Amino acid sequence: MEHVNEPALLAIVVATALAFDFTNGFHDTGNAMATSIATRALKPRQAVLLSASLNMVGAFLSLTVAATIATGIVDSGIVTLEVVLAGLAGGIVWNLATWLFGIPSSSSHALVGGVVGAALAAAGTEGVLWTGLISKVLLPALIAPMVAILVATVATAVVARLTRDVPQDTNDRVFRWGQIGSASLVSLAHGTNDAQKSMGIILLALIAAGAVDPDASVPFWVIVSCALAMALGTYTGGWRVIRTLGKGLVELESRQGMAAETSSAAVILLSSHFGYSLSTTHVATGSILGSGVGMKGASVRWNVAGRMFSAWLITVPAAAAVGAAFYGIDKLVGGDAGSYVVFLLLVAAAFVFWALSRREPVDHRNVNHDWESGEEIVAESVEAHDPTLLAPAGDRAEAGR
Amino acid sequence: MSTYVEWGALAKILIFGLLVGAGLPALFALGVRALEGPGSRDADGNRPAVRVVLAAACFTVIVAAVVGAIVYIAAGGH
Repeated sequence: MEHVNEPALLAIVVATALAFDFTNGFHDTGNAMATSIATRALKPRQAVLLSASLNMVGAFLSLTVAATIATGIVDSGIVTLEVVLAGLAGGIVWNLATWLFGIPSSSSHALVGGVVGAALAAAGTEGVLWTGLISKVLLPALIAPMVAILVATVATAVVARLTRDVPQDTNDRVFRWGQIGSASLVSLAHGTNDAQKSMGIILLALIAAGAVDPDASVPFWVIVSCALAMALGTYTGGWRVIRTLGKGLVELESRQGMAAETSSAAVILLSSHFGYSLSTTHVATGSILGSGVGMKGASVRWNVAGRMFSAWLITVPAAAAVGAAFYGIDKLVGGDAGSYVVFLLLVAAAFVFWALSRREPVDHRNVNHDWESGEEIVAESVEAHDPTLLAPAGDRAEAGR
Repeated sequence: MSTYVEWGALAKILIFGLLVGAGLPALFALGVRALEGPGSRDADGNRPAVRVVLAAACFTVIVAAVVGAIVYIAAGGH
């Protein structure tokens, strides 16, 4: 083993990558488990425990890890540890922001966005491979939900038709098992896929700092810590996101949940098999929407779905802005101190998001409460107004004088 | 647009996605219907053998597909 460059910076990057892995886990619990929780096939705690275990198993299952970050999307020649750090920080902040609003959003897109922003700040527009960004990230964000909606709609319609004269309680009882099974597959695939991204980033950082040889395989502690971070995040349960996915889009029953999760598992696995990776989040959300479209008499809250689609469109630019800002701060302060400041800012930001979330906590106790029409939409329409105009008339008159 | 969207891969995802993603739930539903649907019990409350065999066939295909998927994930295909 040779001399390790910048051990402090390396430690910060590794810690931040694990933090990202954690947010990835807790943001994406809902992709697999929201439907099982909403239909009460599993109790909320059981569901997150199952999902966390399967994520953990998934992380150990396949160990072909690529030591890369955003390949084909940013110029690999400019990816320094500072760029990686700022990119991770941008991804984490976006994950926390969308979690606060209960919006499922793709963790991998948030990470790519953060890295793109950092690359832009580091090397200007030359640093980003725009064709790759459009074809690998931006367009798939539109395509994935459409494919999933289509598949899940057909699946739900066929299932509903075949079981229309089976007693409802029998359907609920039997399909519950199909639902748990299919959701488990989604969790497993997620663990394999997403934990490896963090392993790849850490491996890349270790190689860059000279801590391991370029052709080394992933050190065991990296595998264990990534698997643990993701499982812990999953178990913490992004209840806000779970609630939106399970209750906000469609009122689900077991047959729909089973059809939706099977569609998700099929589309996710097939898309990576055919080399056209689609985001788990986009696919899972699309599948749940499709299970509402395909079910007679079910209503889909397209306004909630619309908010998600807009969040997906701004995921990359928003995370990029944060990533660029973090990179700027890093360089402004300069040296190792810059990276410390970035890390401290990130911790502070995480704390602020957590504190904000406590104002209206969502956890395993109220995750399944009835969705009130206009929930969270009210806040949005109030924001669009001038608060001084909404103040009581007396105050306004006084203020006007 | 073809430089931006891999239409070939997308078409395959869609076709196989429909086959697997809708086909497996359909098989599951068929199995449930065979066991519990109308006419699944005769006058004595027993299931006709043909329905049990049909259901078993459906569920076997599903289990095989799930095992296949796990092997595929483990083999690093994902």
